[in-house]
Amino acid sequence: MNPNHTYAVVAVTAVVLATVLIGALGLRISRTTSDFYVASRTVRPGLNAAAISGEYLSAASFLGIAGLVLVQGPAMLWYPVGYTAGYLVLLVLVAAPLRRSGAYTLSDFAEARLESPAARRLASLFVVGIGWLYLLPQLQGAGLTLEILTGAPDWAGGLIVALVVTGTVAAGGMRSITFVQAFQYWLKLTALLVPAVFLLAAWYGDGAPRARFDAPAVLREHTVVRLADTVRIDLDAPLTVTVTGSVDSVRHDHRTVTLAPGTHHVLAGTELAFAPGTRVPERAAGDAGPSPDVARGDAPLASPGWSQPLAGGHDGHQLYATYGLILATFLGTMGLPHVAVRFYTSPHGRAARRTTLVVLGLVGAFYLLPPLYGALGRVYAPELALTGSADAAVLVLPDRVLGGVLGDLLGALLAGGAFAAFLSTASGLTMSVAGVLTQDVLPSRGVRHFRLATLLATAVPLGTGVVASKVPVADAVGLAFAVSASSFCPLLVLGIWWRRLTPPGAMAGLLLGGGSALAAVMATRAGLAPAGWAHTLMAWPAVWSVPLGFLGMVLVSLATPRRIPAGTPALLARLHLPEEFAAPVPEEVRR
Amino acid sequence: MSGTALAAGAAAGAVFLAAGYVLGRLTARRGHAAADLDLGTPVERATFHTLHTASLAAPPLRAGLTGETAGRAARTLRSLLGTEALCLTDRGAVLAWDGPGESHHRERVRALVAETLETGRSRSARADCADPACPLRWAVVAPLTGEDGVLGALVAYGSRESAVLVRAATEVARWVSVQLELSELDRSRTRIVEAEIRALRAQISPHFIFNSLAAIASFVRTDPERARELLLEFADFTRYSFRRHGEFAQLADELRSIEQYLALAGARFGDRLKVTLQIAPEVLPVTLPFLCLQPLVENAVKHALQDRERGCRVTIAARDAGAEAVVTVEDDGVGMDPELLRAVLRGEHPAGSGIGLSNVDERLRQVYGQEHGLVIETGLGAGMKVTVRIPKYRSGVHPSAP
Repeated sequence: MNPNHTYAVVAVTAVVLATVLIGALGLRISRTTSDFYVASRTVRPGLNAAAISGEYLSAASFLGIAGLVLVQGPAMLWYPVGYTAGYLVLLVLVAAPLRRSGAYTLSDFAEARLESPAARRLASLFVVGIGWLYLLPQLQGAGLTLEILTGAPDWAGGLIVALVVTGTVAAGGMRSITFVQAFQYWLKLTALLVPAVFLLAAWYGDGAPRARFDAPAVLREHTVVRLADTVRIDLDAPLTVTVTGSVDSVRHDHRTVTLAPGTHHVLAGTELAFAPGTRVPERAAGDAGPSPDVARGDAPLASPGWSQPLAGGHDGHQLYATYGLILATFLGTMGLPHVAVRFYTSPHGRAARRTTLVVLGLVGAFYLLPPLYGALGRVYAPELALTGSADAAVLVLPDRVLGGVLGDLLGALLAGGAFAAFLSTASGLTMSVAGVLTQDVLPSRGVRHFRLATLLATAVPLGTGVVASKVPVADAVGLAFAVSASSFCPLLVLGIWWRRLTPPGAMAGLLLGGGSALAAVMATRAGLAPAGWAHTLMAWPAVWSVPLGFLGMVLVSLATPRRIPAGTPALLARLHLPEEFAAPVPEEVRR
Repeated sequence: MSGTALAAGAAAGAVFLAAGYVLGRLTARRGHAAADLDLGTPVERATFHTLHTASLAAPPLRAGLTGETAGRAARTLRSLLGTEALCLTDRGAVLAWDGPGESHHRERVRALVAETLETGRSRSARADCADPACPLRWAVVAPLTGEDGVLGALVAYGSRESAVLVRAATEVARWVSVQLELSELDRSRTRIVEAEIRALRAQISPHFIFNSLAAIASFVRTDPERARELLLEFADFTRYSFRRHGEFAQLADELRSIEQYLALAGARFGDRLKVTLQIAPEVLPVTLPFLCLQPLVENAVKHALQDRERGCRVTIAARDAGAEAVVTVEDDGVGMDPELLRAVLRGEHPAGSGIGLSNVDERLRQVYGQEHGLVIETGLGAGMKVTVRIPKYRSGVHPSAP
């Protein structure tokens, strides 16, 4: 797509190198006793918040949101809202007590609160599961990015990210992850902000065309689209298009065809050339991707397409899916393994709360940008909706709008930012998943096991990514959020705020809520979900699985009142009292 | 569809593999049991059974003689003796009762055991039960002894007077007494560790105090401002080291105390002592045993400056390693003979220089388990590097209230 790949390759390499170097050398070093004090001071909320944001803003945020807005319009703005609001819930209910519990991972919290090794092991399984679900789209996004930038096969990008992350983490190279992640946040923000300024200027100079979301997008110039997958398109008006390839099982070789209104099958590999002013055809509802059945025209299912989870025309489905999204993102943030781990860096509960507040600001500022790219993409690159690689919108826009060397340079900056997103989230996730694997899943302890665990932590999602069906990045991340919201949200909220929680109750809730959400999500990803409402229910499980998780925990806890852990009152006091009251700190001497 | 099919195939394969593994393990275990069919003569089997029952009663008793542990032990002890009912008491009250008849016999136990508690001898007595249907006719009272004399009594009830029961009850009581003595041993061991921590606190050596004060005094005329700063460091350092409460502290606080220690040591040795600190800031909130790094640094400084005119460097590094923090203290001083060091860590040279090292090693092992002891790399003239791996979370480890 981009003839000049050199800039992009240089940018990606620079980001990878910077990540590795800062990870290995970014320690605070002091050579005289006089600046010891500075070096051994705990991390300030600002730095820690940048690190949390850097780790949190993944491929879904950097690429996915823009792609979804491009395809489906403003309804998708619930994604950035949900991703941000998750921290509000975290701030109000969880941040400070979680830090005061002294827990590093969520499994540690389960053990500290419930005093039960069994509950700890179950929590560990969910940490690993959520981590893998979240890693999968990161690696797939990396593959997509590299494919668009250099034409490499789609598994190459994921492999590079996996290798870099596994290598640095396993070799003990990530000696200090805070500076890496903070750097990545500012890099990502810059990478989106600078091109956005140029793009907006160009858009303004272009007469500020409006993006229309209520009508099919209109192509502004002659466009050739090459379809990677077989798709069905729905037309409500005749469409004149030049075809090289196969449409409705008829081969054309660079012939201009006028397609009648109705549904048409376009085989993978077909090139469609549209004249300027043509309306971009919409992918048909129920288009389940590269299915040979569909290509042969055998009774296509009338289910809403997976790639268009909120679409489908049924208002009930759409409303339900929106609520599912809101619940999953609002309540799921607190249970993400790499987010929980970062709070450990705060010196005390109050700092953890202040950190979360800053995170809200940083993440909120970042999320203003992706929707902008989505809207611009709707204007300048609407055909991406047809090819199914709408996630690439952010990357192709500079070339499309500005062109030339400036376009290439800005494209390279965006590519670097995208890789920063994959690397930061993937390394954070890998660290936490590998930590849990070493501690709770693999048989014995030791450095070598941590290396093995790191390998396992990235190999599984990498392998799954090769075989699993392609799903928009933001949606795939949404699945991890749904599982997290139905398992760890009840555990954390009830664990912190309800003194009658018992180990059997917690385990029942985890299994009922988290287990059912996980099963539904896996079934959907494997394509086993039946059509219609059942599909919608399973693709957006949070609406029913979160209450199920809470209900399971409360009811089973109430039924097993004798199993309330003995240390509960003392632990809850420690969670909710500021540290000064729990353990007197020696007063600071005037320096 | 092929991708989905592949994924489904892989998942099914994984499930089958797991199922096969579990089945294999189960059959292997069963096969193992079937292999040694020779279970011994009936007498041998009875002995095994008795030993097994006894071993079941041991763990609760190892925690000492309390209501809870006695309750758990009483059931197995009764099946060991095969009596109608069994009761365990301490010197003051009935701790546990297993078997029938508790309602009307319980209040009579005190009178029954009084003599045994006094004399420390077993005796057999009539249970004096008014209820003709009650099976508890005779009682055998046997003393439970610890280091400080009689701790309580074991009362076994039978339906008739029996010399066998007297003998058996006495032997069981003696066995229980051994367990109780072991539990006392456990407790005294923890008391020793606590005493060692207190000793370590008090171990801020008088030499260090004299030397620091002398160094400060030397600045009083020439550089009063520096002398004042050093005095404040000294005050901070001693306050932190002598603090009373809490077994654990945050790494940041420990490092601050080390900073003060090094400032005072630096005042004495001037340019000869060079220090480098490399800190990954995310491990600063890690909780670790109180004063477990300061002895390592003190040791490094001592080694670095021993018998040398030229300057030496001490490097303290803390880095992040997943669920653990890795702290290393390194010096390029005279080093140590590994054999001597091994002896020190075994505690065989209590007068040697390494008492701090062995104390820290033992405390780390006690808190975090055997695999978290000190790792020391050294050789004569090759400097020394001490590595500590501290888990970021361990239940029960938190900066505690007094």
